[in-house]
Amino acid sequence: MSHSAIAENNAPHVRHGWSGVVHDWSTDQKAFKNVPWGKAMMWIFLLSDTFIFGCFLLSYMTVRMSTLDQWPNPSKVFALHIGGQDVPLILIAIMTFVLISSSGTMALAVKYGYQKDRVKTAILMLLTAVLGATFVGMQAFEWTKLIMEGVRPWGNPWGAPQFGSTFFMITGFHGTHVTIGVIFLIIMARKVLRGDFDVERKGFFTSRKGRYEIVETTGLYWHFVDLVWVFIFAFFYLW
Amino acid sequence: MAHAETHQAAGHHASGQHAQGQQHPIGIYLWIWGMLFVLSFFSYLVDYFHLHGMLRWSLILLFMILKAGLIVAVFMHMAWERLALIYAILVPPVLLLVFVALMTLESDYTFLTRETFFGIGN
Repeated sequence: MSHSAIAENNAPHVRHGWSGVVHDWSTDQKAFKNVPWGKAMMWIFLLSDTFIFGCFLLSYMTVRMSTLDQWPNPSKVFALHIGGQDVPLILIAIMTFVLISSSGTMALAVKYGYQKDRVKTAILMLLTAVLGATFVGMQAFEWTKLIMEGVRPWGNPWGAPQFGSTFFMITGFHGTHVTIGVIFLIIMARKVLRGDFDVERKGFFTSRKGRYEIVETTGLYWHFVDLVWVFIFAFFYLW
Repeated sequence: MAHAETHQAAGHHASGQHAQGQQHPIGIYLWIWGMLFVLSFFSYLVDYFHLHGMLRWSLILLFMILKAGLIVAVFMHMAWERLALIYAILVPPVLLLVFVALMTLESDYTFLTRETFFGIGN
């Protein structure tokens, strides 16, 4: 809750609970109080993205539950040979920890952004981007390994042919999101470092005044990418 | 939540400066960060120790929901937003559960017919 938001929340005309919901929604112009339009739009975009990933995971569930063939065991498929023995799912576990770490650095970047600490914000955003790029790199390694072993969207050596199509579709779409996030982060980190948001320099695309809120909006996107991975990890790799 | 309230109270008294946006102490982020690591490690252990059946599923779903909840509530600041936004964003995805139920019925039926017509000799 921002300080100005607190002042607004304590004002007599701002209500709480269900009465507050009805009141907010029935006021003209602005339903989402204390939320900048860019952030509200990011949330709505993320909601639509939730349905896209939801549909992917649902179609995966449907083909996996309805096939007569044995589904390949992810624990074995994604094992790595380390120190003379197969460690199950280890690559995916490392990828998970890398992505969670990047979410942590992003959360701190948002915090320092609102404190207008230019250098710390930019460094943390770039660190987030590096961790994101590491994640994509490991995913590329994983894809290469599986393709070399003969996994294709129409078949694989271990069982149900749908394994390949759902794997490439879901992780590919997620990896694309991470890649876009890395690019987004680098662009925003450059703007932070240059001091765009201290002088409210206008954006080259939107022509609107730049504000530190964009760091939080970027953060929302990044945390969402991490959030989707939580579900992919549970449903695709641990099932 | 108690933490959020004390913080709000502290922020309210610090009048004069008009800081914008979500500002919370660094401790809460680090704590959630640590929790996410521990929960991820637990879900990895579920696979490592080859747990099966209902135990496996309930643990996987529990850790998944806890992680998702922590990310949305704290990292995405949903815990400090007004209810109008919270309901607008978090209620629609619940409909996906209806979709899950529909597709479970559908795939069970598909499995049954496939077994009946193509499953002979298997």
